[in-house]
Amino acid sequence: MQVELTVNGRQRSDEVEPRLLLVHYLREVCGLRAANVGCDTTSCGACTVLLNGTSVKSCTVLTVQANGQQVTTAEGLAVKGAGEEGGELHPVQAAFRQEHGLQCGFCTPGMVMATVGLLSENPHPTEAEVREGLEGNFCRCTGYHNIVRAVLAAAEAERTGTSA
Amino acid sequence: MIPAPFDYVAAESAAHALDLLDSFGEDAKLLAGGHSLLPMMKLRLAAPSVLIDIGRLTELTGIRAEGDELVIGAATPHATLAASDLVRADAPLLAHSASQVGDPQIRHRGTIGGSLAHADPAADLPMALVALGGSVDLLGQGGTRNVPADDLFAGFFETSLDPGELIAAVRVPRRPGIPWGYQKFVRRANDWAIVGVAAVDGRIALANMGSTPLRASAAEQALAGGAGPAEAAELAAEGTEPGQDVHADRDYRRHLARVLTRRALEHRT
Amino acid sequence: MSILGTRVLRTEDPRFLTTGGVYTEDVVDDRLAGACHVFFARSPVAHARIEAIDVSAAREAPGVIAVFTGADLAELPEIKPGALFNQQMTRRILATDKVRFVGEPVAVVVTEQAYQGEDAVELVDIDYAVLPAVVDFAEAASDKVLLYEEAGTNVAANFGDASALDEHLFDECEVVTTRTILNQRVAPAPMETRAAAAAWGEDGRVTAWIPNQGAQGTQGGLARLLGLKPEQVHIITPDVGGAFGAKFGADPEHALVAWVARQLGRPARWTETRYENLVAMTHGRAQWQTVTIGGKRDGTVLAYRLEIIQDSGAHVRLGAMLPFLTILMTPGPYEIPKAEAVAKSVVTNTTPIGAYRGAGRPEASAALERAMDLFAAEIGADPAEVRRRNLLPPFTEPHRTKFGALYDTGDYAAALDKALAAAGYDELRKEQAERRARGDTVAMGIGLASYVEITGMGDGEESPPQENATVEVHPDGTATILTGTSPHGQGHATAWAMLASEELGIPVDKITLKWGDTDLVPEGGGTGGSRSLQHGGSAVRQASQELIEIARERAASELEASAADLRFDVERSAFEVVGDPDASVPLAGLAEEERLVVRTVFTAPGATFPFGSHVAVVDVDTETGKVVLRRIVTVDDAGFVLNPLLAEGQRHGGIAQGAAQAFVEEVVYDADGNPLTASFADYPFLSATEVPSFELADMQTLTSYNPLGVKGIGEAGSIGATPAVQNAVVDALSHLGIRHIDMPASPQRVWQAIQAAKGNA
Repeated sequence: MQVELTVNGRQRSDEVEPRLLLVHYLREVCGLRAANVGCDTTSCGACTVLLNGTSVKSCTVLTVQANGQQVTTAEGLAVKGAGEEGGELHPVQAAFRQEHGLQCGFCTPGMVMATVGLLSENPHPTEAEVREGLEGNFCRCTGYHNIVRAVLAAAEAERTGTSA
Repeated sequence: MIPAPFDYVAAESAAHALDLLDSFGEDAKLLAGGHSLLPMMKLRLAAPSVLIDIGRLTELTGIRAEGDELVIGAATPHATLAASDLVRADAPLLAHSASQVGDPQIRHRGTIGGSLAHADPAADLPMALVALGGSVDLLGQGGTRNVPADDLFAGFFETSLDPGELIAAVRVPRRPGIPWGYQKFVRRANDWAIVGVAAVDGRIALANMGSTPLRASAAEQALAGGAGPAEAAELAAEGTEPGQDVHADRDYRRHLARVLTRRALEHRT
Repeated sequence: MSILGTRVLRTEDPRFLTTGGVYTEDVVDDRLAGACHVFFARSPVAHARIEAIDVSAAREAPGVIAVFTGADLAELPEIKPGALFNQQMTRRILATDKVRFVGEPVAVVVTEQAYQGEDAVELVDIDYAVLPAVVDFAEAASDKVLLYEEAGTNVAANFGDASALDEHLFDECEVVTTRTILNQRVAPAPMETRAAAAAWGEDGRVTAWIPNQGAQGTQGGLARLLGLKPEQVHIITPDVGGAFGAKFGADPEHALVAWVARQLGRPARWTETRYENLVAMTHGRAQWQTVTIGGKRDGTVLAYRLEIIQDSGAHVRLGAMLPFLTILMTPGPYEIPKAEAVAKSVVTNTTPIGAYRGAGRPEASAALERAMDLFAAEIGADPAEVRRRNLLPPFTEPHRTKFGALYDTGDYAAALDKALAAAGYDELRKEQAERRARGDTVAMGIGLASYVEITGMGDGEESPPQENATVEVHPDGTATILTGTSPHGQGHATAWAMLASEELGIPVDKITLKWGDTDLVPEGGGTGGSRSLQHGGSAVRQASQELIEIARERAASELEASAADLRFDVERSAFEVVGDPDASVPLAGLAEEERLVVRTVFTAPGATFPFGSHVAVVDVDTETGKVVLRRIVTVDDAGFVLNPLLAEGQRHGGIAQGAAQAFVEEVVYDADGNPLTASFADYPFLSATEVPSFELADMQTLTSYNPLGVKGIGEAGSIGATPAVQNAVVDALSHLGIRHIDMPASPQRVWQAIQAAKGNA
């Protein structure tokens, strides 16, 4: 099937099989490998991206379902030099760095995108709301402590108009 | 894990979807949010040969008031339902139930129609609809028929839909201000309920106490007879057939049903 | 101003946050162009003879290049267990006559495209003659159902002599209590599953990209599995998405990817699904422990016995050896006049057991801390008091225990007092008393654990631990470090750069760390057992210092001064003649004519022993059994803290995993050996809502074993948290007469304990 998606602002046209999962389309066809596959059961969230601005688990979306729609990945988030290593960090990315909210990094792109989604719907979450808001994103390294701090810091930075 | 191969068609309208269902027969499945169906297909527990996408049909979305009912398009995502001012005012139990499904990403995709059609006895929305005494509008080649929630769930992951029917809309009574309670007992966030209870206006529905969502009829009758929450809740497990799994055996489930029913009747969430 | 001890942000992060880490599945390399995809057909039954394998349908499936079974691999060597173990418990790289656990690989399917693999694997048709399965380890020890007929037993090894236990050990005790407790099986479940990519060169060597915890060990492991010489194997370590002890060495699957690549003459790659990860990556823990503890009514412990049955799983791997470490740490931080321990490892029809964060030491602490609380409950004493009474007094000179461990430095009472103060222990007990008086249905529990653990082991005192580092300063003012450690989230690129920066005066962001490529770093001990900073970091510091001395000689010559008249100004990263700052030469300048590079080996006198105390506070809903973890307050003393940001992160991660074992996670099999928790929907993997933010108190008791004064922090958190949380749950229900609840304290298990206590009332 021919599909037209806008990925990180770029329009694309590709021929895909119906069962191609969006996460594999992003990784193998678009070459955007930040989103990772971490499970088989839509549990872990390592594949989280934004579809039309809302967070989704791209392992459970068929590419054909996203036809004609917009996808944003972690690579597309950096403010300047999007997609380039070390491009200026989006405030959420900056907060994760500041608070040491990542260790091995495997869950991180999904965690960051889920956070962007969370803060767009609830700009001033409490700690409990952050933890519930990230219940679909698993991390094995950090114990979640610094991830929560990063999300709260990003929210605070947004509120005060400063950087984290 | 990825699904077995299949063909895909995007329906252009609900009527078109019905025609496609007819022509492809029982090997075709409808796809809305895909968050009940695709996980099964990825585990190869389901392998339809054709998926008919109805997820973007605007005629199947939207939430409106119609007399003393709310009418909710079947392809409405859980997040939309949970955030709807109208639903939160007039059927808050339903909005709350939708807010409890899975996690935020799942709620952005999963739909009420999809969840009801999947008919998982442990899921939130089937239980909520039974508690509310709602109904579904089923669209078939012959027109629309309305089926009450009590008659919708036929068995384990099985509805009473005829082949060639789709869920077009969900109806719930408008009851602003009526107290309600909702208990979803999980071991860990993001899990399906080990046991769930939804209670409103004298009706009590249970999740994961049998092969379908069940009414706690004995408890309801006690309530109607004037019993208080604790007394009525003692009967919550009667007539149920809970299964057992790694999380809970039958005795524990029966016990949870009683405790959670009491808490739901006390209007706790 | 020293950079050591400061919160330096990670240099790794911008890349991880923008384009993402490059894990094995992400690797794009010319050598892997045109790679085929490898898949495994795995046993769906726990114990069976393989009667027949029919691959004909699979071979015809779309995109299938080849299908291989054990018969095709006859020339590969048999896999034997380590020398300490029953030598009849051998196996082959793919099961041939028998399968012994659900998930054991039986056939290899190779396809052109990744999406074709699962379709083809489904068509592999294997006839199994099912045999009775043995899952319960006590039952396995009875030898009624044998996994390895030639072995004649399921016991893979014995540690100590059960017949030599002292029947008079507890004679002097006024009070003795005993219980058999479970340290349950858990899944390491790193977020990145196992993977491999392999390509053979014209030179007859294979280059393999494998996520690991030590490329050199993986090189050796892969070579052994394939009957190759290590020099024929070139390991490259991409970014690794977590390991927790389960990515050491090489697994059969890794080796088979390399074998397929050679067989087919083209590169091959593999990534396992989460299901495969949860059934075929090694599991952790899995000990039955009988603890017997006795002492005086005043709280003095006089004797302690620990008897262990270790589940080895279906194969004899690292897990079977771990009782050795558990036994080594039997007495923990306490002065116990008489103590003894024995163990046996048995095979069962389950996933093999390997190392998992703490690897044998959490098991020791969990048993001992439960025993201390059982003893305290028996004599009606406060658990904090009982611990304080029995802890070893502080020491700065090494202290050897009766079990042979040589503890370097320790102040266990100070750690306990600090943790109790940080938690507000007395207020917590008051709150608990008030809630009990009110008859709250939500019961509050406070749990303690004091622990000491062994890090940076090496191979024993005969073969002291060591690590190498190479530091090079380049003419452009940057530097490169080669390390034998193998980070997978710990932040070595930043931490080692800090150590070099401190000596060389080169900024952290101008220092690059390289590791995990066996052509570049042929020797190394990897990262595990919390060894990296004390050995690898010390080596980096040492190499940097040695480099300065070499540079000093060059500077002397260049400045026409004697080396004794020179001073190295770290701020400017330059040598200057003392008293004449204009007569100077930058360090980088001294690399222009000749490379400025040093390789050194740091050798430690022995293992170090971090220690600490944890206090956990839980709420237990007595109507449902649900446990909520309210607080966890910890002291984890691992000596000097090089980078508090990184050290805290390690503690957080360890605490979370330790707590998870106590009340959330467990691997479950049914009686036939079918895994019931083989997905993230079923395995109760800890999510952000189950744990609170943690409260860490700082304590740094330096070791004398390395110039930095550092011990290992990576596993300490998991060692203290498990018993603290378990003890808290039991404490919450002690007023109901409950003395013990096995882990995990799942709602059903807690509720059943409450019902049983009511029944006994």
